[in-house]
Amino acid sequence: MDFINSIDWSLVLKCFITGGLMCIIGQILIDKTKLTPARVLVIFVTTGGILGALGIYQHLIDFAGAGATVPLTGFGNLLAKGAIQEVQTNGLIGAFIGGTKAAAGGIAAAIFFGYIASLISKPKIKKQ
Amino acid sequence: MENKITPQEYEEYVEKKSPNSPILKNCFNAFWVGGLICTIGQFILEYCKYINLDTQISYTVVSVVLIFLSAFLTALNIFNKIGKFAGAGSLVPITGFANSIVSPAMEYKSEGYVLGVGAKMFTVAGPVLVYGISTSVIVGIIYSFF
Repeated sequence: MDFINSIDWSLVLKCFITGGLMCIIGQILIDKTKLTPARVLVIFVTTGGILGALGIYQHLIDFAGAGATVPLTGFGNLLAKGAIQEVQTNGLIGAFIGGTKAAAGGIAAAIFFGYIASLISKPKIKKQ
Repeated sequence: MENKITPQEYEEYVEKKSPNSPILKNCFNAFWVGGLICTIGQFILEYCKYINLDTQISYTVVSVVLIFLSAFLTALNIFNKIGKFAGAGSLVPITGFANSIVSPAMEYKSEGYVLGVGAKMFTVAGPVLVYGISTSVIVGIIYSFF
């Protein structure tokens, strides 16, 4: 099959390792500090935004593809890069448009699918 | 005879009795599950490339598909089991963000569709959006000065 042949397997391997390492960082933060998952996610998204703004994160994306974009740091990077691109075309007001615009697909999907899931599911009572 | 122990001795005692947090095992599970989720994303990305989609759109497709899968598995109560096993492995990828929206939406259904589902959805995702979007606005403002 053409599709199978078109896959860059070394990129897939780099993606797997990079994505896995990101998760190890998250796991260490959870295990070694008393950070709650919500705080870990906030740290990841903010770090990604700052690294994205400095242009560092793009190198990681070039190296690892989805291994860098799928973790939440990639979401932060997407927001920051979107803001910069919009500022380039529309000036200062772009700072308020670009980020959310770039991440719109993910945000809308999460909200929409979340709502649908709540409509159709009967959750088991779970206690942590 | 009164048996007095110093706070330090007590701490050592607690340390000895409390279960060993198996951090190595947690990290290993987080590594391969997280890596696998990213790899699924990479395959979707490769497929988008194969059908000649625009790069920016491809990344959005990857996010939307992974979010859909995560919502679907959360609704079936499967994702929570994966999360318990993999820890940060399923939290750090965008699937964790999706799960953090879907899970409370389902859980608070009994409190109504507006203040239950609609509001509680953002218990965890809200902070992520607040800090993510605020960072992007600050980045944009700083950038516009250069």
